[in-house]
Amino acid sequence: MEPEKTEISKSWEPRIVMFCCNWCSYAGADGAGIGRFQQPASMRIIRVMCSSRVDPVHVFSAFLEGADAVLITGCHLGDCHYINGNEKTLVKFNFMRSMLKELGLEEERLQLNWISASEGEKFAEVVRMVTEQVRQLGPSVLKPEGVA
Amino acid sequence: MKTDITGAVAVVGGGIAGVQASLDLANSGYKVYLIESGPTIGGKMAQLDKTFPTSDCAACILSPKLVEASRHPNIELLTYSEVLAIDGVAGDFTVKIKKKSRYVDETKCTGCGDCIEKCPKKVSDGFNEGLAPRKAIYLSFPQAVPRIMTIDPENCIYLSKGKCGNCAKVCKRGAIDYAQKDQKLSLKAGAVILAAGFEAFNPKGLEAYRPEHPDVVTSLQFERLLNASGPYHGHLQTSKGTEPKKIAFIQCVGSRNQKLSKKYCSSVCCMYAVKQAVIAKEHDPEIECAIFNIDIRAFGKGFEEFYQRARNEKKVRFIRSRPSCVEANPLKGELRIPYENEDGSIAHEEFDMVVLSIGIGASESGKELARLAGVGLTGAGFINTSIENPMSTNRPGIFAAGAVQGPKDIPDTVAQASGAAAKAGALLSPARGTLESKKEFPPEKAVAGEPKVGVVVCQCGTNIGGFVNVPEVVSYANTLKNVAVAREEMYACSEDAQERIKEMIAEHGLNRVLVASCTPRTHEPLFQESCRAAGLNPYLFELVNIREHCSWIHQQEPEKATEKAKDIVRMGVSRVRCLAPLYKQELSLGHNALVLGGGISGLHAALEIAENEFEVLLVEKEPELGGLLRDITALQDGRKTGKILLPLLEKVRAHPLITVMTGSELIEVNGSVGNFKGRVRDREDREQEVSFAVAVLATGAEELSPAGYFSYGEFPNIITQSELEAELEGDFKAKHVVMVQCAGSRNKERPYCSRVCCITAVKNALRIKERDPSVIVHVLYREMRTYGAWEELYSRARAAGVRFIAYSDTRLPWIGENEVRVYDEITGFDLEIEADLIVLSAPLVAPASNRQIAPMFKVPLDSNGFFLEVHIKLRPVDFATEGVFLCGTAQAPKLVDESIAQAAAAASRACTILSRKSLESSAVISKVDTELCVGCGACEKVCPYGAISLTEVLLQKQGVFYKAKKSGINPALCKGCGACAMSCPTGALDQQHFKNDQLLAQVKDVFTYSEEVR
Repeated sequence: MEPEKTEISKSWEPRIVMFCCNWCSYAGADGAGIGRFQQPASMRIIRVMCSSRVDPVHVFSAFLEGADAVLITGCHLGDCHYINGNEKTLVKFNFMRSMLKELGLEEERLQLNWISASEGEKFAEVVRMVTEQVRQLGPSVLKPEGVA
Repeated sequence: MKTDITGAVAVVGGGIAGVQASLDLANSGYKVYLIESGPTIGGKMAQLDKTFPTSDCAACILSPKLVEASRHPNIELLTYSEVLAIDGVAGDFTVKIKKKSRYVDETKCTGCGDCIEKCPKKVSDGFNEGLAPRKAIYLSFPQAVPRIMTIDPENCIYLSKGKCGNCAKVCKRGAIDYAQKDQKLSLKAGAVILAAGFEAFNPKGLEAYRPEHPDVVTSLQFERLLNASGPYHGHLQTSKGTEPKKIAFIQCVGSRNQKLSKKYCSSVCCMYAVKQAVIAKEHDPEIECAIFNIDIRAFGKGFEEFYQRARNEKKVRFIRSRPSCVEANPLKGELRIPYENEDGSIAHEEFDMVVLSIGIGASESGKELARLAGVGLTGAGFINTSIENPMSTNRPGIFAAGAVQGPKDIPDTVAQASGAAAKAGALLSPARGTLESKKEFPPEKAVAGEPKVGVVVCQCGTNIGGFVNVPEVVSYANTLKNVAVAREEMYACSEDAQERIKEMIAEHGLNRVLVASCTPRTHEPLFQESCRAAGLNPYLFELVNIREHCSWIHQQEPEKATEKAKDIVRMGVSRVRCLAPLYKQELSLGHNALVLGGGISGLHAALEIAENEFEVLLVEKEPELGGLLRDITALQDGRKTGKILLPLLEKVRAHPLITVMTGSELIEVNGSVGNFKGRVRDREDREQEVSFAVAVLATGAEELSPAGYFSYGEFPNIITQSELEAELEGDFKAKHVVMVQCAGSRNKERPYCSRVCCITAVKNALRIKERDPSVIVHVLYREMRTYGAWEELYSRARAAGVRFIAYSDTRLPWIGENEVRVYDEITGFDLEIEADLIVLSAPLVAPASNRQIAPMFKVPLDSNGFFLEVHIKLRPVDFATEGVFLCGTAQAPKLVDESIAQAAAAASRACTILSRKSLESSAVISKVDTELCVGCGACEKVCPYGAISLTEVLLQKQGVFYKAKKSGINPALCKGCGACAMSCPTGALDQQHFKNDQLLAQVKDVFTYSEEVR
């Protein structure tokens, strides 16, 4: 199935599901707010205690429900609150990315980024960057009909 | 139980020392009054941008401690309060304080900041060191605790002229009270901890450094310039608004200075300057940084390595020169520093910015406090303590912690604060728990049937309401499935809103609550407590963030922000519907401690724990107690070591709660906090089972035998400092002594600085001179690191004629039997020195046995073989493994008083566990559904804590018995990351509160269908 590359309207805002770990990236998101770093309103954050909790089932369900992309975030490698959870996330991420192609989705629709509790500005930058990348890709082909 | 002892402690000073001491005491069963003269707790650490040597963000690591202190049921925060008098005796003090008027009602102010916006009066901001303005009504810094505004009466237009009144007009909560008066309070406390901190040196008087020039800043100002919440939002710039290209740091401004009678070394400035230079280069790698110094004193754990990285990788320049002045070019506006090069020539160098590394000094308020408390001061104005009692003042029951006792860095401050808590706890142990507050809650309601959700959407003044259409979100929430009631609040976190939430739960018979406001990371416990007070299990509550994650970051798109807020509320309702009540599991625990190692640290740790009335088992592998100190014959203050060691040994041996096992080694450890089991083997190979609730590792260090360095072992007259210690007590005849520093440290094999050797060398040089002033003593050093008050020993040694010669690591001294040849770095001469005794200052090294002990307790070692604490700054004596602590030279080389402070700190941390009646496991842990478990072991492999184990069980199905493996979770070890839940192929394992169905409910409701197809 070829994704339809018809005209993407400028006002189209991708819908991105973002998983944040409680200790680093969720706090980074808070920091972005405190610093008033403006971002596109594309992200919907789901908080988990550690990025290693994120299950492929959650990620693929998000795509089936209509997510244009999924962004998993956690602490920087070596900084995990749970010793090495993010290393497990990395392994799983590579596996999930390889599966994405099978589903007919572009690799960029699943992203991983490490954002620390103090990196509010980086958080906003990552949101902007991923949103822009997904905007270029257009809506996901898996998006069910009728999803806003 | 004695009745004349009050189970409360007054802690004076709300910086990191005061906060740490308060938390330890509050967690050990004591009531704490935390008294702070400023409007917020946090102290100097809150002003810092990053901390050395890890470049951790200071605010990020400090804030959680501040919030914890403000929420603790046993801590009463008395901010903006001053001590007037301390009367009474140990066990029964009366502390009189004045609570200054903030002109703001603390019970009403929510810290929204609307008043700040409308206040017309701008004044210089002390928190930003005068670099930025603040208003006359202010919050010291964004994460201030408590988050309550304060009016500065001198600058307030209404209070001084009777006009304006804007803040009162704009405050929707009516919190402004211009008529508020100071209040006097009288508190009963059994002990007092003085933790009033320090005052940074004010360089105003040093006109040669041009402190008034806008581009000559103090190091504290520079911290603010680097900080993202500082005056330029972290964009480093000069007064002209340009980015600096060259920055100079001048060390020892207001320290190591006889003329200013600041003779001591401020201990922290070298490291913070290195850190600031490194961070400046991280802001812009093109910036050139030069640090003008006498010696770089990088003596703490990881400091030398950080310093070398700054020098070699970051290319920070270190210039060994103390400039006499800073010149300003009035035409070009540049700053110029003339200085002497190492070859003696004079250079003039231009810089865009000059940072004065100002020293830690005794504050006037600290001295006044000491006077009120009746405790003695040192000549420099710090609180006077002794080597063997580094937390005790001359007045019983009054203890000191942190920089009020002398310059020190954050980890030493935290250790001393915990140590002071142990001392206060020991004094008051008969009254432990007598004034403890426990919050009482009504019984929980049963949660059955359909979810009934109540939704509260917060306006947060205009913080949310200004960008998100809150009424629209509320009416949308009302349409969602299972929502029984939805409404808005101006400030959902305020006290009165809590009352309304409780009423709402009762009125509508709610069994789930969702609040849409700010971040759960700070506010979840508050709402959870309100739910619990209304009889609802706290895990049936969900907080979603529509402020930091929505209104604040979509300020230009109010419509999109409103849509997103609706989505967030919908996802939250979907989640809260699936939530189930959870309970923390009570785990039994023993009440005794194991202390491993019987050196000065282990002895003190054992004694402090025993004085807190808990049993201690002290295990020492040598046949005798005393450790390293047995080889040291005199202390830095000139007294014989026996003076402090012998009474200590006596006390430990005589203490009824301490069991000593010498000549014994720990060979095995199982279990977890509260219930460790181990085996101890003695020299006759007899083994004994031991059980303990907590363990303190005080395994010490040993002096390196410097074979291979500086001809050691080739001639009998080349000895080490500890061999010299013995000789100085006996037959010492040498006439020409040469000491060589860094004999085996600060090199490739051992890159760390051993911290104590410079002070030891100076001490022993002085001892030699005192015995016989005609002996010629040379000390060959790389950098003299006689930090803190011991700088004075260095001055005394020079005055006594000890000759100090700097050598470079690229041109090491040559040592012969009767002669030493060295290239003097400072004068540039090759010297030949006659020597009949050569003393090598060999470093302290970690014992090899650490490698056996570390895996037993599942604790890490650092690259030098010392034990590695969980957080180098704020948890210096804790391991990540709960219930295991460390202290003394097991952590890194340190002096006797520092070891003792750390030992008391480890004891204090241990007492926070030992004083509990039971342990609580976290509720957010994983659980196994044994029906579904196939025993594959995937979970066991991913668990980083060893909390999961497979056990073989005998099962019966249709009359057939068979064996199978099933996974089981130890709730005491599970930390609730959820990695196992992800790894489980059958869904048998799930993480409570983040269950698969709960997360999927959120995922499924991220999106709505445009025509409501569902």
